[in-house]
Amino acid sequence: MGQRIPLQEQPDTTAPIRVVVVGNGMVGHHFIDQLTAQAETGQVVVTSVGEESRLAYDRVHLTDYFTHRRVDDLMMAADEDYQRLGVTAHLNQKVIAVDRAARTLTTDGGLVLPYDILVLATGSSPFVPPIEGRDRQHCFVYRTIEDLQAITHAAEGARSGTVIGGGLLGLEAAKAVRDLGLATRVVEFAPRLMAAQVDDDGGALLREKISDLGVEVLTGKATRCIEDGEQYRHRLRFDDGDTVDTDLVIFSAGIRPRDELARAAGLALGDPGGVLIDDHCRTSDPRIYAIGECAHWQGRCFGLVAPGYAQAKVAVDHLLGGDARFQGADLSTKLKLMGVDVASIGDAHGVTPQARRYTYSNPREGVYKKLVVSADHRRLLGAVLVGDATDYGTLQQYCLNAMTLPDQPESLILPALKGAAPGPTALPDSAQICSCHDVSKAAIRAAVADGAGSVAAVKDATRAGTGCGGCVPLLTGVVNEALEARGVEVSKDLCEHFPYSRQELFHLVRVGGIRGFAELLEKHGRGHGCEICKPTAASIFASCWNEYVLDDAHVPLQDTNDLFLGNMQKDGTYSVVPRVPAGEITPDKLIVLGEIARDFGLYTKITGAQRVDLFGAPVESLPAIWRRLVDAGFETGHAYGKSLRTVKSCVGDTWCRYGVDDSVGLAVALEHRYKGLRSPHKLKFAVSGCTRECAEAQSKDIGVIATENGWNLYVCGNGGMKPRHGDLFASDLDREQLIRVIDRLLMFYIRTADRLQRTSVWLGQLEGGVDYLRAVILDDSLGIGDELEADMARTLSGYRCEWARTLDDPEKLKRFRHFINDEGGDDHPRYVRERGQRRPARANERDGGAVIAS
Amino acid sequence: MNQNWTDVCDLHEIVPDTGVCALVRGEQVALFRPAGDDQVYALGNYDPIGGANVLARGLIAQVGARLTVASPLYKQHFCLHSGQCLERDDVAVPVYPVRLSNGRLAVGPARRAERRDDAA
Repeated sequence: MGQRIPLQEQPDTTAPIRVVVVGNGMVGHHFIDQLTAQAETGQVVVTSVGEESRLAYDRVHLTDYFTHRRVDDLMMAADEDYQRLGVTAHLNQKVIAVDRAARTLTTDGGLVLPYDILVLATGSSPFVPPIEGRDRQHCFVYRTIEDLQAITHAAEGARSGTVIGGGLLGLEAAKAVRDLGLATRVVEFAPRLMAAQVDDDGGALLREKISDLGVEVLTGKATRCIEDGEQYRHRLRFDDGDTVDTDLVIFSAGIRPRDELARAAGLALGDPGGVLIDDHCRTSDPRIYAIGECAHWQGRCFGLVAPGYAQAKVAVDHLLGGDARFQGADLSTKLKLMGVDVASIGDAHGVTPQARRYTYSNPREGVYKKLVVSADHRRLLGAVLVGDATDYGTLQQYCLNAMTLPDQPESLILPALKGAAPGPTALPDSAQICSCHDVSKAAIRAAVADGAGSVAAVKDATRAGTGCGGCVPLLTGVVNEALEARGVEVSKDLCEHFPYSRQELFHLVRVGGIRGFAELLEKHGRGHGCEICKPTAASIFASCWNEYVLDDAHVPLQDTNDLFLGNMQKDGTYSVVPRVPAGEITPDKLIVLGEIARDFGLYTKITGAQRVDLFGAPVESLPAIWRRLVDAGFETGHAYGKSLRTVKSCVGDTWCRYGVDDSVGLAVALEHRYKGLRSPHKLKFAVSGCTRECAEAQSKDIGVIATENGWNLYVCGNGGMKPRHGDLFASDLDREQLIRVIDRLLMFYIRTADRLQRTSVWLGQLEGGVDYLRAVILDDSLGIGDELEADMARTLSGYRCEWARTLDDPEKLKRFRHFINDEGGDDHPRYVRERGQRRPARANERDGGAVIAS
Repeated sequence: MNQNWTDVCDLHEIVPDTGVCALVRGEQVALFRPAGDDQVYALGNYDPIGGANVLARGLIAQVGARLTVASPLYKQHFCLHSGQCLERDDVAVPVYPVRLSNGRLAVGPARRAERRDDAA
């Protein structure tokens, strides 16, 4: 086991061990976190020294900073936690010397800290190639929050940005440059992008996809120097004589371990760099450990966080008297680069002797997959996935656990043959589910046995799924399996009042001709109902019979949004969204909207769905607002309903010189056809007038794109939280064919989807996927095509604007007041003026008196 | 005694299985009329979690044996009997006594919200 100096050599065994950790990055913080959790009280005293101005933050998700601009969202360590754990943290202090004889270290701020055990977690620094001109202004690296802030600053007034380095981090940086609104270019020295992770074919596809996104990709280019540009700040000159001009440059050409401190202290280093460590993560000085990107183990340094965490765990165990050993790490990577899925597993390049390859390439869908297997075809050695990484979890499990491959390994990547993938049941207990936090299937089952009854609880208990998050789908499967094995029923029942799924309930309502909740409850349910089953029943009744939502029988079932025909906002007021079909509006109607907003003091915002949202209407003002809107020819926009929202459109051949068909005309027709259709969740459509796709139709539930030969229909796309590109469902349709297909598809969705299940998720769970859906809708394999069309026709024929109808009914208008016994309104909301409009006061503003009025 | 009760409205003004809001001596009170009986319940209208006067506009929801209202903002349940929030032990809303006579509803002074109706 070797000598274990720290514990045994303490002259006074009762004195705590003084542990000093140099570097407060992700790995240094993880070490502290683990050490304080595992050490007994009084066993260690921990001090952390870091040269950055803040405690550890999530560098893996650094690019997200450009999206949210909130440093807090990235923070991993907190002052309060360190105080509670008795950890002293010195920030803005760079360690400049280690005196190994005296066992002290010195910082550039003059601190001298004694240690018993020293842990080097100094990380790495970005490598900047020795190019002439690299020190010019507006040349950056991409590693810290400060770097990102400087890049953001420099992007103001810039038009173009160039990233030198087309690896993983370089493409991250390119995404950031693009998100900052600059023309973006990537320059890579190697002949392909992500040379370390993908092969030539995968790299070619990746390049194509990234170029499609408007990023210029140059490969096989060595930058010789950076000099003054003419129209732009810089000019890059390459070895082959070519030049490009750009306003800012980001170097992302790899990293180098920060080993200068170890070097000065005389510790053994690896070749070409890094602090040499043994299997216990100990350096050549037994009192000093090195972990993370600065450490060199068996010929290499690791630039990913998972191996760093594993090393931190080993070092903690060893210094507390254990015998854990670092055994290398899984370097599999999965990420989404500018919307393109890329994954690399194990021996992606097939360097293992006699390795065999299986490849699948689909240029139409932009998918490339490769398996690297052993000579006997029984073991998966590695894989490359570009364009579709849904198989990542399964393949990684085969690779990590040396599981025996199916007789036809290609079944794992061929779309038609899929389904052969093993469920969580097939995985051995030793299977590593979360590689960031090294959590095995056995650990997850143990957590469930200890009472963790949901995925969230298991995440809390084990940390599984809280690193990169890539394993969450698999984690969910393992948790559900463990729960089921323990007799916990993973129920598909709608709620405690109905022992049926939404689909079953829909069937019961339709076949039984049930039109009211009391009848439904009496025949098929129990108890009084709740906030789950009541709106679901209301939605089913509306889909089947399309009766007026404010009929007395339906009033108790409606969520407040449906009941008051508006969207409740956080202060209890509502927003008003009139329908603007296809986003086309006359100047007169636009003026009416403006006048109404002004007269009622409504905060006004253009929505992403090409209409206008008017916020801050108290319930008692809704009828007066809608009276004016209806008189001006507006209808309700159903922004409050689980129903069709809008059909977005580009201007198409009405004006655009590229348009090939009348996208606005079709969008207007579709919006009028399906308005008011109640469904399991909201529905969004779009129509683009050419393949430039300005209406973003592929991110909608129903997307239509004009071609020279007719309309192409895309289905089940989604934007928002879980973006999904729609599937091309049918091509070259005329308008009549298109509408028949949409009628059938939507009615089939309404019949079979779960409550609050968007079409994208519905399709994902439909056995047989899009091929099955094509068979049902296009080939009428179930023989229900006519029935679906007839149901749709009946439902649509019952449409009438709910606001027009409500305004005609004095009884219904009685609901639209705040008090049943007083004409007044709610006096609680308070508002503040901002950018010329009023908005609800935030809590601190209410307290601070910045408020204008209710 | 009588001046403690505030006359509010007719019972039939509340659609069965829904709620309304009443102004009672300057306070906002949410009245709920669950389906199936003529019992009416009254809670404070202010949702302490959402921070807005909205509870009367929530759906009446049965959770286990309890009748509750689900807040329209973030869907926490408040027991119609006790005012207790089912999701948060430390949150409750005031409860008011309701009297029905000759078809008219009257609301009495608030009972202070109890922390847990089943606690000792």
